[in-house]
Amino acid sequence: MNADSALGIAAAVRSGTRRAVEVVEEHLTAIAARDGEIHAFNLVTAEEARQAALALDRRIAAGEDPGPLAGVPVALKDNLATTGVATTCSSRILEGWRPPYDATVVRRLTDAGAVIVGKTNLDEFAMGSSTENSAFGPTRNPHDTSRVPGGSSGGSAAAVAAGFAPLALGSDTGGSIRQPAALCGVVGMKPTYGAVSRYGLVAFASSLDQIGPFARTVADAAALYEVIAGHDPLDTTSIPEAVPPVSAGLGDGVAGLRVGLVTELCEAEGIEADVSARVAEAAAALEHAGAKVGDATVPAAVYGLSAYYLIAPAEASSNLARYDGVRFGLRVDAPTTGEMYDRTRTEGFGAEVKRRIMLGTYALSAGYYDAFYGKAQRVRTLILRDFDAAYDEFDVLLSPTSPSTAFPLGAKTADPLTMYLNDVCTIPSNLAGHPAISVPFGTGDDGLPVGVQVMAPALQEALMFRVAAALESAAR
Amino acid sequence: MAQITREDVAHVARLARLQLTEDELDTFTGQLAKVLDHARDVEALDVGDVPPTSHPYPLQNVLRPDELRPTLDRDEVLAAAPATEDGRFRVPPVLGEAP
Repeated sequence: MNADSALGIAAAVRSGTRRAVEVVEEHLTAIAARDGEIHAFNLVTAEEARQAALALDRRIAAGEDPGPLAGVPVALKDNLATTGVATTCSSRILEGWRPPYDATVVRRLTDAGAVIVGKTNLDEFAMGSSTENSAFGPTRNPHDTSRVPGGSSGGSAAAVAAGFAPLALGSDTGGSIRQPAALCGVVGMKPTYGAVSRYGLVAFASSLDQIGPFARTVADAAALYEVIAGHDPLDTTSIPEAVPPVSAGLGDGVAGLRVGLVTELCEAEGIEADVSARVAEAAAALEHAGAKVGDATVPAAVYGLSAYYLIAPAEASSNLARYDGVRFGLRVDAPTTGEMYDRTRTEGFGAEVKRRIMLGTYALSAGYYDAFYGKAQRVRTLILRDFDAAYDEFDVLLSPTSPSTAFPLGAKTADPLTMYLNDVCTIPSNLAGHPAISVPFGTGDDGLPVGVQVMAPALQEALMFRVAAALESAAR
Repeated sequence: MAQITREDVAHVARLARLQLTEDELDTFTGQLAKVLDHARDVEALDVGDVPPTSHPYPLQNVLRPDELRPTLDRDEVLAAAPATEDGRFRVPPVLGEAP
């Protein structure tokens, strides 16, 4: 076990060989040294983190059990509500908002002994694939600061990659954990829809959003997933059954597992040759480890991008109606309430958020509902059916996570559609509600990290993590 | 289906309570047209006999016991509001007349 890993830190802190205050101080020092350049954080909660670590050390000295993540620094995407601590979604419209409650995942983390070190940058309201759509400026990729970290959870991915925290949470609506994980060379995982409570996650597209872990190792990601997963009565979409554990079987290997390479995703628009080569090598490595690898087909996946960019904006246009300057956040004053709404929203939202709200409003409007939103929901059924058929033949599916390695800042900001194409391989799992993970697997021709995606049926996280662990060992 | 027009964009912006400049109208019209054009593959599908999926993990009638539980504190919630009066949210005149 690596001493810098979350599990290494927790073991040392729990046994009293390392103090939580020292661990936190080391990470705060790393943040102070380099976050000016990276801008992973919107806010570093240094004092709160020191106090929390001090309290943990006292509890350990008193013989109490501080929890499985004792003393582990964790960074939170800034769309997760934290009591009394600014939660901005990287939007001007939430200026000054300090939530009066914690997201369930935040509560579970602190109950597990984790120490929250700050709130990370994101594309405004999690809408984007590069973290360039932030009202507070972009985050940069720690591997090459002229490149994007991916998005929308780019701050969380960069924080873990830069060593600012061994763990972070993000949210994934169309790939917003997995794609930045791939571009930053870390592990990022989207759980089964409903496995992790969304209570306190600022809503983007409610039928797609899931919170999930970032880590530098598969075992750390599994440990964080186990802490945050499980039923929550505060989220009506939370799965009531117990969520199966994942860590115990990580070392079980892949002998006899059937692994399918998804043809439609491996050959999707814009997949670069070096990325394809790494995915082929990953498949070969699994075969070498005893898996049976074959070609899988999910024909309706080719409609995933189109369906997603109708469904997600439609849900967003409805969810973002709440930002009206009345109850929280920004208000731009005007003589009447109607004008106040208009001015607040016009000044508070950035261009990408406006684009998605309008796209969604259009897709839901009279005369277009059946042609766009209604059809997209039917395509969602087709994708689910095709996945079901593929999972009759295969235990897990494999594909690239992102079509390319990290691209330069500004390279895709002029044309929204070009940016949207980044999500082509990650979207189908969101539409199906299935779990998926990105694991670093080698580098591209430019020397930057490549991620391979492992997908699994609903609630088969244990299987997915097992395959991820096998890929991780093969990549070393 | 016809291409999205500048008038359509102006209409949805009004519905969504967003004010756009003339330049923004032009830019957004072009960009939205491009995205919707990509969605034509979906629009062209014959899926009339396929039921829609609105939620990936169907749960029906999620109930909880009807018991009193603590809720958010009113003063804390109001403290986050841009303007309040007498324990309520304060907004400008709704009908456009000065109070």
